[in-house]
Amino acid sequence: MIQTTVNGKPQKLDVDASTPILWVLREQLGMTGTKFGCGVAQCGACTAHLDGQPIRSCSTPISEADGRQITTIEGLAGPEGALHPLQQAWIDAQVPQCGYCQSGQLMSAAALLRDTPKPSDEQIDAAMSGNICRCGTYERIRKAIKAAASGTER
Amino acid sequence: MNKWSRRGFIGAGVLTGGALVVGVAIRPGNAVDKLRGSVAGGEGEQLVNAWVKIDRDNTVTAIVPHCEMGQGAHTTLAQMLADELDADWAKVSVMQAPADGNYVVPDAARDFVAAWSLDAPKWLEPTYNGLFTQISKLGDVLVTGGSSSVRTTGQHTMRLAGAAARQMLVAAAAARWNVPASEIVAENSTLVHKASNKRGTYGEFAEAASQESMPQTPPLKDVSQYKLMGKGLQRLDIPAKVNGEALFGIDAQVPGQKLQYVAVKAPPVPGAKVEAINSATAKTMPGVREILNMGDFVAVVADGYWQAQMALNMVEPRYSRTEGDGLDSAKLSARFAKALDDAGDTGGTSLAAEGDAPGAFAGAAKKLEAEYKVPFVAHAAMEPINCTAWVHDGKCEIWTSTQVPLMARSAVAKALEISNDDVTVNQLYLGGAFGRRLESDYPVQAARVAKATGYPIKMIWSREEDTRQDFYRPADTSRFWGGLDGSGKPVSWNNAFTQLNGPDGSWDVSHYDVPNRSIRHAPADMHLRFGSLRSVDHSQQGFFVESFVDELAHSAGQDPFEYRRALLSKSPRHKAVLEKVAQMSGWGTPLPEGTGRGIALVKSFGTIVAEVAEVMLQDGKPRVTKVWCCADAGYVMNPDGFAAQMEGGIIYGLTTALYSGITLKDGGVEQSNFHDYRMVRMEEAPTVMVDVINGDSKVLGGAGEPSLPPLAPAVTNAIFAATGKRIRELPIAKHFT
Repeated sequence: MIQTTVNGKPQKLDVDASTPILWVLREQLGMTGTKFGCGVAQCGACTAHLDGQPIRSCSTPISEADGRQITTIEGLAGPEGALHPLQQAWIDAQVPQCGYCQSGQLMSAAALLRDTPKPSDEQIDAAMSGNICRCGTYERIRKAIKAAASGTER
Repeated sequence: MNKWSRRGFIGAGVLTGGALVVGVAIRPGNAVDKLRGSVAGGEGEQLVNAWVKIDRDNTVTAIVPHCEMGQGAHTTLAQMLADELDADWAKVSVMQAPADGNYVVPDAARDFVAAWSLDAPKWLEPTYNGLFTQISKLGDVLVTGGSSSVRTTGQHTMRLAGAAARQMLVAAAAARWNVPASEIVAENSTLVHKASNKRGTYGEFAEAASQESMPQTPPLKDVSQYKLMGKGLQRLDIPAKVNGEALFGIDAQVPGQKLQYVAVKAPPVPGAKVEAINSATAKTMPGVREILNMGDFVAVVADGYWQAQMALNMVEPRYSRTEGDGLDSAKLSARFAKALDDAGDTGGTSLAAEGDAPGAFAGAAKKLEAEYKVPFVAHAAMEPINCTAWVHDGKCEIWTSTQVPLMARSAVAKALEISNDDVTVNQLYLGGAFGRRLESDYPVQAARVAKATGYPIKMIWSREEDTRQDFYRPADTSRFWGGLDGSGKPVSWNNAFTQLNGPDGSWDVSHYDVPNRSIRHAPADMHLRFGSLRSVDHSQQGFFVESFVDELAHSAGQDPFEYRRALLSKSPRHKAVLEKVAQMSGWGTPLPEGTGRGIALVKSFGTIVAEVAEVMLQDGKPRVTKVWCCADAGYVMNPDGFAAQMEGGIIYGLTTALYSGITLKDGGVEQSNFHDYRMVRMEEAPTVMVDVINGDSKVLGGAGEPSLPPLAPAVTNAIFAATGKRIRELPIAKHFT
C-alpha cells in the first residue's frame, strides 16, 4: 500500500510499487492531464512535481512517492481555480497548438520560476530542453515564461 | 455577391427548444430532420459541411467538420462563420461535427467545391485528389489534411451558413416588426430597427427564422466589411490546454465501463506474419489477462498499460520471412540509383516538358549536375498512436484521435465485417498528427483486439512502436542537369526523381523563367509503408529544387537572392514575397565570419513562402539562430494563428532537415525513441520572424504545411554560405559528426 498526496489530497494506493507514477495518475486516479510521450524520460510530456521538484513520471515508480507530495497540471492553478501566472501567460501568448506536451511544459516552467523567478535565456534553455514540442511552440513558451516572470516581479 | 452553384444547397430547421440550425448540404434536400439528433447531442446522421446553431439564449454554435490537431481550424472556421453572421464573438462556441455521414456523395462534394463561384482555388491538388480517390471508394468525406480547412470549408461553407442564417434572422425580424428587411441592422447577435426603436437578439428570432425560406444566394462580405476575419482572435481550445482538461484520444474513457489496456507489437519487417509466440514468461506477469497472436501483430491485454507493455517485452515472437528481409538503407539507395541510371537524362515518366532541355544542356555555356537524397522520415507526433474500442452485440464503438473519422469508421466496419452504421467513432483532440492520423491502421487494430476480448480496451503504442510502424515520408533521390548561358542565366532544367505521391506539381519550377524544362519520374519500389507527412512531396522537392537553384546561382557567380529575383519576372507574387523576406532579414548586410544566410522560395498548398535562415557554426556544428518567413496565402483569416502555423512548420522542418533519418537494417527500422530519433528542443530553437502579404483576398492558400518546404534548403544554402560546404543529402547532422 502506497500512501501519497496528489494535489493536496491524500491517496492510499493498492498498486504494484514499481508502477510508474504516470500510469497511477492516469489509470488509478483518472487524472489524464499528465501525458505519456516516450516512456523513457526523453520528452518531458509526463512532467509532474514530487515534493516540488520536476520529475518524469513515466520513469519514476510510485514507490518513490510514498509519504510525499505529487503535484500535477490539474493542481497548478490555485485552490479557487485562479490560474497560475504561467497558465495565464500561456493563454496570452497563445502558446499551445495541439496542446499535448503543454502540461509537461507548464510543470517544467513552474518549477523553473519557483526557483529562479527571473530566468535568463540560458536558464530557460536548461530548464525546458527536456520537454519536446513537435508543434514547434518553443519561442512562444519562452515569451510566456518571460511574461509570467515579469508579472511575478510586479 | 456570389452565386450558388446548383449543386450547393442550404438547409435549415428548428430544434426542440427553438434553436435555429442552418447548414450547407452537398446534396439536394433539407437534411435538418435527419440532423436534428446529432446536433442536439443524440443519435443521428449528418451530411453537411458546415452548420450553425443559434439557441434561444442567443448562443451560437459553429459545427465544424474538421478535427483540431493544433492548427487552430476550429477557431478560424468559427470566426469566418461568425463574421458573416454578424455574431457576438463572445457568444460563439465550437462543436466538432459528429463522425457520421454515410450519404455524403464525394463526387457531389468535389463538384460543389470546384464549381463554387467564389473564385474556387485549385485546392483539389493531388494529395487531396488522392484522398478523394480513397474517399470515393468509401464514401467518407470528413478529412482534415491538405491545409484545406480554411480555404475550402471556411470559404465555401462556413461563411455561407453564417450569411444564410443572418438573412433568415433579418427576414424573421422584418416580418414580426412589419418593417422592410433592408432597414434592419444585424450586429453583435442583435437585430435593430432604428426608426421604430425595435431591437431583439438572434436567440429571440431563432425559431421564427427557421420558418423563413432558405436564401440560396446569400451575399458574402467583401474584405472591406470583415469584422472578425483578418483578426488574430484567441483560440477557443487553448484554455483547456493549459490546465489538463483537454481530452485527447489517449485520454478516452468508455462511459460506465472499466477499461483493460493493450500493448501491441507488429513484426519489424513490414509484411511479415507472427508465426508463433512463446508467452510462457509473459503470461505469469502481474495484471496480464490475455496474450493474443493476431497474425500480423501480438497483443497483450492487462489491467494497466504499463503491465501490458512489460509483459509484451517478454513475449518471444517468431516472424515469417519476407522479401524485405535483409534490405538496408544502402541497398535501397542503390535501388534508387539504378532507377535513375536507367532513366538517364531523358527516360522515366515525363511530368513536365517545355522546349528541349537535354539539347539546351548540350549547348550550354556552363553545366552543372547534382544529386540530392533524403531519407525516410517518421511523423513522431507527441501523442503516441492509440485507440479505445468496444465491440459488443454486433456493434463497435471507438474513441480516438484521427484526421479521417469516417474513413476510420469504414475501415473498422470492413475489418469486423459489419456495416458502417454499426460503427460509431468518437473523435477527441489530436496530440499532433502531421499526416500520420490520415491512416486507419490503428482503429482497425484496436477494434480487432476488442472483438477478440469482448470487453472494452484501450490500445496504446509504445514510442518504439510509433517510430517503427509509421507510414513514412519516403526516402528519395533526385538528379539535376542544369545549363547556363554566358551570362549565367539558366537555359536548361532537367530533373528526375524516384518518388511521387502528391500534391501534383511539387516538382514544378515554372514560376522561374527557364525556357527548357524536363521533369521526370523514375519510380523505385520500397517495402516500408509510406504516407503523407506535413507538406508531403513538397518536403523533399523544396529541398531538391531550391538547393539546385542555389547551386546554379553560385555557379553563375551571382547572389542567390538576386539570381532568383531576376528569374521571377512572370511571377509577381513570388517576387514580392522573396523581396519582402530579403528586406526583413537584412539580406546582403555583413555577417561575422562563420555565419551565413540562405534563402529559399516554395509555393505549396496555395501559399507562397520565402524563408531566410541564418546559420552559425558552433563547435563545428551548424546552429540555426534565426529564420525570417514571408508568406502570401491570399488573405490571412487569423494572423496570429497563421503565424503560429508558420512557426510550427519551420520548427518541424528544422527537425526534419537537421536530424530526421529513419534507416533500415535487416529490413526493419533502426530508430526507436527520441534518443536515436532526435528532435529540435528549446535550446536549439531559432528565433522566427513571420510577416504576410495578402495578395488576393478571393483565393486562399493553406497554413498548416507551406512553411516547411523552404526551411531545409534555406538552412543548407546558409551552411554553404557560411562554410562552402554543400549539403546534398539530409539529414544535415550526418555531415557534422
